[in-house]
This record gives sequence, C-alpha cells and structure tokens, in this order.
Amino acid sequence: MNQQVAIVKYNAGNIWSMSCALKRLGVDYIVTDDPKELSSAQKVIFPGVGEASTAMRYLRERGLDEVLRDLKQPFLGVCLGLQLMCSHSEEHDTTCLGIFDEPVRRFPVGLKVPHMGWNTLFDLKSDLFTGITSESYVYFVHSYYAAAGPDSIALCDYMLPFSAALQKDNFFGVQFHPEKSGAIGEQILKNFLALESDTKSEADHV
Amino acid sequence: MLAKRIIPCLDVKDGRTVKGVNFVDLRDAGDPVELGSLYAQKGADELTFLDITATVEKRKTLSQLVKRIAEHIHIPFTVGGGIRTVDDVRVMLECGADKISINSEAVKNPSIIDAMSMEFGSQCVVCAVDTKYNGRFWEVYVHGGRTPTGIRTLDWVKEVESRGAGELLLTSMDHDGTKDGFALELTREVSSLVSVPVIASGGAGTMGHFVDIFTEGKADAALAASIFHFHEIDIAELKEYIRSHDVVIR
Repeated sequence: MNQQVAIVKYNAGNIWSMSCALKRLGVDYIVTDDPKELSSAQKVIFPGVGEASTAMRYLRERGLDEVLRDLKQPFLGVCLGLQLMCSHSEEHDTTCLGIFDEPVRRFPVGLKVPHMGWNTLFDLKSDLFTGITSESYVYFVHSYYAAAGPDSIALCDYMLPFSAALQKDNFFGVQFHPEKSGAIGEQILKNFLALESDTKSEADHV
Repeated sequence: MLAKRIIPCLDVKDGRTVKGVNFVDLRDAGDPVELGSLYAQKGADELTFLDITATVEKRKTLSQLVKRIAEHIHIPFTVGGGIRTVDDVRVMLECGADKISINSEAVKNPSIIDAMSMEFGSQCVVCAVDTKYNGRFWEVYVHGGRTPTGIRTLDWVKEVESRGAGELLLTSMDHDGTKDGFALELTREVSSLVSVPVIASGGAGTMGHFVDIFTEGKADAALAASIFHFHEIDIAELKEYIRSHDVVIR
C-alpha cells in the first residue's frame, strides 16, 4: 500500500504501538501535529491513551480541534481518540470535538472497571468490518464508553451494549485497540487503509 | 462477553529466554520475540516478559528487546522485573510495552504505585504479589520470594488497588511449581475483595486446573510458564478445552 498515513501527535497518543502496527503492514506514515501535513495525508489516525480533559485542552490550545474536525479524508480515532470525537465525556465533564452525538459515560458500578481484555463485536455495519464476522474478538481497555446510537457501526456488550465503533461521513472511531487485536485487528486496519480517500477531489473543489 | 485470558510468561535474561524452552518449531528458541510470536499465533491473549537480568548495564538490552517485541507482536504485553521508578515505566511504555509490573519496589515504597498510575494511567500498572501461607495468614513476600514482609496479602491487595494499580498478578508460592493446580480459595477471596482484574499464577499442571481457576477461583486471567515452554500443554488445545467447559474464552 503506497500511501501516506498521518498519526496525530498530541499528549495522549500511544503512538509507538500504532506506528508498529503500520510498520507491520508495510505502510508509510508520519507522526505530526502540523495542520498542513494532517490535511494532505491520505488517511489520518488519532490514537489515544490517557485522560479526556487534559487531551482536549492540549488540542484546543494548539487549534488542533478545528483542524481535526475539518479533515475530509478517512479519519480513525482509537480508544480515547473515539471518545474525544464525541460531543461530551463524563470524564472530568469534558466538552469534546462533537463529531459524533453519542455521549461518553463512565461504566456503571457492577463488573470490573476498566473493561480490560478481549470481547466480541456485533451489529457490524461498515466497510471497516469487511471480512470480519460478528462475534469476533478484539482487545479493549477503557473505563468510559460511547453509548449506542445512530452513528454506531459495531456494538460490544459489557454490563450494557455500547459503541465499539462509530462512523459519520469520513470519520471513524473504534473503542478497541486494532493495533493490539491480533489478526482481526490487522484486518480492520487494512480495511481502513483501503477506504477511498477523496482529499484530492475536496482540494479541487476549493 | 468479556473473555478469560491465558497469559504465557517468558523469563528473559540478557535479552534471551531462559528456563527450559524446548520447541522444535523455532529457529531460535532463545529469542523471546520468536517464542512470543508463536504463542500469539497459538492464541495467547497476552504475554508477560519477566526480566531477570541482574545488572543495570545489561538493562539497556531490555529496552531494545521491548522495542523488537512491540514491532513484531500484535497482542498486548507486560514487562516486569526490576522496574522501580516512574522513568523506568516511561522507558518501557515508550518502547511499546502496554503494561509494566512492579513487585518488591511497591512494598518498599507503596507511593510509587500512585505516582505511576497518576502519570500513565491505572491500565498499565500491574502489581505483582507473591504470597505464601504462614500458618496464620497469607503473607506477602518480596525479592523473588526470598523475603517475608509480615504484610497480610488480603490487606495489601486492597491497598495497591486504592493506590491505583489496574491489575493484580497473584502468585501463590505454595502452589508455584507443584503442578497441583492454582490457589483457588485465595484467588477467589482476592478477586471478590478488589474490583480490578486478577491474574492467577502458580500451580498450573493440567488443562482442568485452568477451568478451575476461572470457575471456582474467579480469576480474570491465568498465567503459566513451564507447562507451555515444555510443550506439556498446547495453548490452542487448552483454549478449546476451556471453551468446551462453558468458560468464555477467545
């Protein structure tokens, strides 16, 4: 796959794991917070491990919130990345990017939190999951979840059904870690990388 | 449903796997990356690499190794052994480890757990607890099981949880190496006391022992070393066996 992928550089990225996954797939990537480089990449990946309010503050201070919202190419948020793409997170009452309307809540008291380990996907409905069957296992580590809603393209069940993945237009988010989910995760990353990128046509319109 | 996890543990010294690794299908059985990849292919849910290198100079080898593991292995892995400071953790995470485990240092200096989980999040801080029944209570041991501390295990697990450990690796020294099965009662008690996942370790000898530790012992994950390294139990067959006993497994 000869294309350039940009990994968003910020204070909550687990950049190394994602970089390694792309390396294993033989994909050319850069790690950047430069708006021009982000806009011109064919795909953008927004990884995340950390805390929502600290991450959002960092993005706002640098104007990256606007930049990310305006991107036109396929964009994939991972874990905290997905949560930051939602409108609001209960984690320190944080206003997020607002790409998805589904709220981010803390898991209720009941089972062990964080939800850590391998769990199954169901209600898959996107090109992101081509070749992936329902009940496939992927790896999760999180204490907050995006509720199930109209943008859900995959669900997972832990005390309640929640969004394992969301999509709106070119924006995709996955709550699990495809870069740590074995062969299934690798296939999902490949599917994302195979999505049509229309940055050029968008640029032509401008 | 969230699946129970099977975690092979690899002991590493000076960047090489030690302790009876006996695989015909490996080109280099001493290479932790190659052995880890094989386990991942066979269905291991996570890997733990325990560094038993004695000297500080040789620890550089570890960070290089961790980088190679991260480059080649696409499942989560934990690195333990000699991790003492927030900077030690940072180095391991930057090299690509998903979690680190601490043991003796946590007992010596419990606030290090707070510092590590504050800095990097609870999800990457595994607290390893080695314990032995002293006739009156389960006592915490440190320094690879050589030094008793007088601390009650059931108190200690609550403390490390409240300080921010995201997971417990509980090893019963009374069971370790016996192949008579895991410490079921102890694990069940610890698992009901804390709200973080508990990895049971020590005593695995048969496939039935794994079923027992998940059903009766209420463990979230089970860790074993030699039975995998010596080919006594094949991970793929083990998972099939556990699944056939109605335990949720990947």
